[in-house]
This record gives sequence, structure tokens and C-alpha cells, in this order.
Amino acid sequence: MTSPQQPIVLARDVVKRFGDHTVLDRVSFAVDPSQVVVIIGPSGSGKSTLLRCCNALEVPEAGSITICDTVLVKDGVVIPDRALNALRMQVGMVFQSFNLFPHLSVLDNITVGPRTLRKVPRAEAEAAARALLEKVGLAEKADAYPGTLSGGQKQRVAIARALAMKPRVMLFDEPTSALDPELVGEVLQVMKTLAREGMTMLIVTHEMGFAREVADVVMVMDGGRIIEQGPPEQIFGAPSNPRTRSFLDAVISRT
Amino acid sequence: MDLDFTPVWEGWRELGHGALVTIEVTSASLLLGCAIGLLIGIARLEPKRRLIYGAASAYVTCIRGTPLLVQLFLLFFGLPQFNILLPAFFCGVLGLGLYSGAYVSEIVRGAIQSIDRGQMEAARSLGMSYVQAMRIIIIPQAVVRMIPPLGNEFIALIKNSALVSLLTITDLMHEGQKIISVSYRSLEVYLAVAAIYLLLTSTTNFILRRIETRLRAGGLVQ
Repeated sequence: MTSPQQPIVLARDVVKRFGDHTVLDRVSFAVDPSQVVVIIGPSGSGKSTLLRCCNALEVPEAGSITICDTVLVKDGVVIPDRALNALRMQVGMVFQSFNLFPHLSVLDNITVGPRTLRKVPRAEAEAAARALLEKVGLAEKADAYPGTLSGGQKQRVAIARALAMKPRVMLFDEPTSALDPELVGEVLQVMKTLAREGMTMLIVTHEMGFAREVADVVMVMDGGRIIEQGPPEQIFGAPSNPRTRSFLDAVISRT
Repeated sequence: MDLDFTPVWEGWRELGHGALVTIEVTSASLLLGCAIGLLIGIARLEPKRRLIYGAASAYVTCIRGTPLLVQLFLLFFGLPQFNILLPAFFCGVLGLGLYSGAYVSEIVRGAIQSIDRGQMEAARSLGMSYVQAMRIIIIPQAVVRMIPPLGNEFIALIKNSALVSLLTITDLMHEGQKIISVSYRSLEVYLAVAAIYLLLTSTTNFILRRIETRLRAGGLVQ
């Protein structure tokens, strides 16, 4: 995958430890503009930690991560708060547990970022938020509170909230893992639309069908390392690493 | 034994005035206590900021570990040795406010820490600073959770405020004692004083229950 542009996310030899346990063991990868990169692997393999390092929710002890040509963290040092906040505005984050703000209406959840951080006037921010709600199929929920929504609806609002900041890359941390099975589809549908529109995305997921269909690159993690990466046809069709094969066998036979 | 409530009826104006002063002292010290409690509570969120955390913890330890009456006397009778003469009402409010602040700080800290960690992560991920995330996302949610324990604190404060009668403040307790000093009807007057305190605390309790029900109906309290 050659690109004339700089990668949006560039990780070099990222190391993260929790106590004695090495969660990420010199991980390197790149995400090019408009690329969809899906990270799969057994639980505890470091997928989520790697994703969380990409907006400094976790701070790696060694290595470097560059986002949109700005060094986010290098050798265990995160850039100063001001620059960090500015950089985070360009990186949308979607969590497994949604993390919507329960005291704000759906509309306010989406507009609070643009209004307070980008100083967008209320009317303009609300018009943009309504358009985003339309896009995720929740136009009628603008005035609802998160507590009244289903899991799938919450996650779609969370995606709209992240998109409202007009990010250059979106990070998804197991976005459907907390959902009832019948609600997974509606969230994946929104993510597919985003991918089709050319959004750069880095996604941790257990949805193999989705990975196969949407990913440009699939990275397989195990024991804190990327053990294999390549286009989905290769990873799912002819995995070269035996650990990839046993992971896929276990996951796919289950469903 | 015969009870004679005549001094109570004859002194209703004074008792009413005393009750008003009690409400004033309590309300003012609750406001002061909340302001102090918010600052101290936030200061005690992060043990890594050693100086701030240590100072705030020392405050809470000293205030909670010594009698309120001693603290009030230190302000009212102790400070004049340094030629600091504070008006009695001011001393009472300051003493009760400082005292209440230590307890409120624990309420504040508990409420903030009970907010899911994901809320701070989501706010910071949008690009908010720590202060913005606290102000816009965390504290508004925490305040709702503070209301029931703050109600208890308010009621405790109403009762504790009787101590300021010893600083010459003419609160409910003080007015009662003045009536006793001329009528010698201790039992009747103290019963009346107790009844008025009970009225104040149960009214407060009732109002707080209403607020809590409203918040629950609005879905803001889980």
C-alpha cells in the first residue's frame, strides 16, 4: 500500500507496560489517509491499549506515535496539554461503553465539543448536529437524553459526537462489543458508510464479517505484537501465521 | 408536676426572631461550607499533587478531629489576642462554614469519584482540557449525586448551629435561654426550642426530598 501522502497515524516501536506485564512489545504500523485498518486478535493481546495510545489515553513508555504529522508521544513523553488537546480534536474516539454525557441531551452531546472547543455558534453547531443525526438515522432523537436510548442508538450518537469535531481520523474501540446482537448491525452500517465516504479509520473489533468486508488492512495482534498484517483476503483466506489460524478458527467456528 | 407554657407564648416574637437568625446563620455557613468543600474536595482528588493534596487533607483532619465548640471559641475568644476582633455573627458563620466545609469536601470528592472514568476519557478525547472536562462534564453530574448527602449535612448544620448561641449570637437557642433566665421554665422552653428545631429540620428534609424526586423524574439520578 503506497501512498504519496504522509500516513495519518504512524506508530514506531511502541512499548507499553502495566507493572511487569508488557502489553505492547515494540509495535509499529501506519494508517494512510482514507484507509480502514482493523485490528483483531484474542482478548488481552493489546488491541485496545494500542488504540488508546493513539490519542494518549494510555501513554507508551517507549517508541513514538505521530498523528497528522504531529508527534503525539515520544519516548514516554506526551506533548504539552495545549497541543495535546488541539491534536485530540482531530482524532475522533468511539468507546465500547459509549460514554455519552448522561446530563446532556443528544443534541448537546454532539454540540458540546464544537461549541466549547471550536467556538462554533450554537445555531450553526446545532444545524450540523442535526445533519449528523440524520446521517446516523436518529434525527428524531435530538432532544432525547442518552438514558432513554438503546445501546445501538447510543453508539450511533457517540459516533455523531466524534464526527462533529470534523476529525481527520476515527478510532473505534470495540464499538459493538457491549451491544445486544440484534443492535450490532445498525452501528456497523454507519461505520460502513463512513468508510465508503473516505474517512480514515482504525478499528478494534471482533466482528470478522465486518473486517472482511470493510478493511483495507487487517492487523492481527497476539501477546502485544502484530503477528500478521495484510489485506483481508489474505488474512482470512490464507493466514500465514499459525496463531492467526487458530485464533480465526476459534472465532469463526463460534459464530 | 404542672407544665406552664405561658413564657413560651409570651416570648413567641423572640423565639421567632431566634429561628430566623438560626436560618440565616445556617444558610450562610452552608454556602461557605459548599464553596470550601468544593475546593478542598477537588484538591483531594489527586494524591499525586502532593502539596495541594497534603494541605487539603491536613485541613480535613484538623477540622474533623476537633470539637466544633473549640473551633468556634478559638475564632471568637482566641483571635482577639492578636487584635483580630470579628463580629459574632461573622465568627459563627466562619466557624460553622469551615467545619461544614470539611464534611462537604468528602461529599464532593465521593460524588466526583463516583462518576464513571469513561466520562473524563470521552471529554478529554474530544479535546477538552482537564478543567473544561471538570466544569462541563464531571461536576454537573456529580452535583446531582451530592444533593442527598448535602441534605444530611444541612440538617446537621442546623442542629450544630445551636452552639453559636455561646458566641452571643441571638439565635433560637440563645433566645430560648434568655426566656428561661427570667421565667425559670427550662423544660417548657427547651421543649418549645426543640420543637422549632424539629420543624426547621423536617421542613428542610421535605424540600430536599422534593428536589430529589424531581431530579429522579428527570432521569438525572440513577
